[in-house]
Amino acid sequence: MGIESSLGDGYFTTKVDALTNWARSNAAWPMPMGLACCAIEMMAFAGPKYDAARFGSEVMRFSPRQSDVMIVAGWVNYKMAHAIRRIWDQMPDPKWCIAMGACASTGGMHRCYGVVQGCDNFLPVDAYVSGCPPRPDALLHALMKIQDKIRTEHSVMLDT
Amino acid sequence: MDLELSDTLKKVIDGLSDQFSDSFIEVYQSTGDTFVRVEADAVVDICKYLKSTHHFIYLNDLFGTDRFTSEERFEVVYNLISLRDRERLFLKVRLPEEDPRLESVADIWKSASWMEREVYDMFGVHFDNHPDFRRIFMPEDYEYHPMRKEFPLLGIPGSIELPSTTPDTE
Repeated sequence: MGIESSLGDGYFTTKVDALTNWARSNAAWPMPMGLACCAIEMMAFAGPKYDAARFGSEVMRFSPRQSDVMIVAGWVNYKMAHAIRRIWDQMPDPKWCIAMGACASTGGMHRCYGVVQGCDNFLPVDAYVSGCPPRPDALLHALMKIQDKIRTEHSVMLDT
Repeated sequence: MDLELSDTLKKVIDGLSDQFSDSFIEVYQSTGDTFVRVEADAVVDICKYLKSTHHFIYLNDLFGTDRFTSEERFEVVYNLISLRDRERLFLKVRLPEEDPRLESVADIWKSASWMEREVYDMFGVHFDNHPDFRRIFMPEDYEYHPMRKEFPLLGIPGSIELPSTTPDTE
């Protein structure tokens, strides 16, 4: 039953890691954290022209329980930081984070007392996207970088 | 300096200087607008007078400025508009650096409530008899007033709490 029926007789070998990483990297569902102008570019990233569906990432969940990649799009102020961190904590492991644009990465032009100077102050960021705002293809690039990262992960067990 | 006043504004200025001659400090014009500077203790009476007699029913804006290192450091500015007469008048009040304190005008214009809270939050100017006197932007326990000139642009490190990076165990 299952895979044998389509492959016919015979077998193939792989590592569980390779299989889970393949599955995970091609279904990285984003948790959109749209806070400012970058969010508009993030919508374009999911829209038909740039089509994140090609990479299995079109499913914006708007729910932390079913997402894998948090895209922090926009500037983060101190009040919002607590909400973002709470949503991040509610996302199931394994999870990844993209800091989209200058503001989320470094505070950007908002060099002031109210804005957190980079969301890496309270989140573990995997990919930083430069630009203000970055183009949707730059976000796709960050997504592909994260896919590369997932594919090389030892997610199940380490070889000893 | 000669003032170029419209007939209605002329009436307003004359009325102010007659009725509140003790509190009236100066009137001047800049970039096409008219500014009147008055004593702080008369501001509620003057606002009531402007609203009831001269129809300044719309408080367009109320904000603070920091004239750092000057005498009477803080300034609160009332931007009044008469919708009927299509006139705009700025009312200015200067306050000392030590315990800047002013009477609230929230009874006269409801919208003053939030704006006075903002002035308090950013500059530390207290408004007496305010209906709901709290901070509006910064956390309740925040010790500083960020728009004061001596406040560092990037804030005071550690003065606002960032989320804990270890997950809650709720």
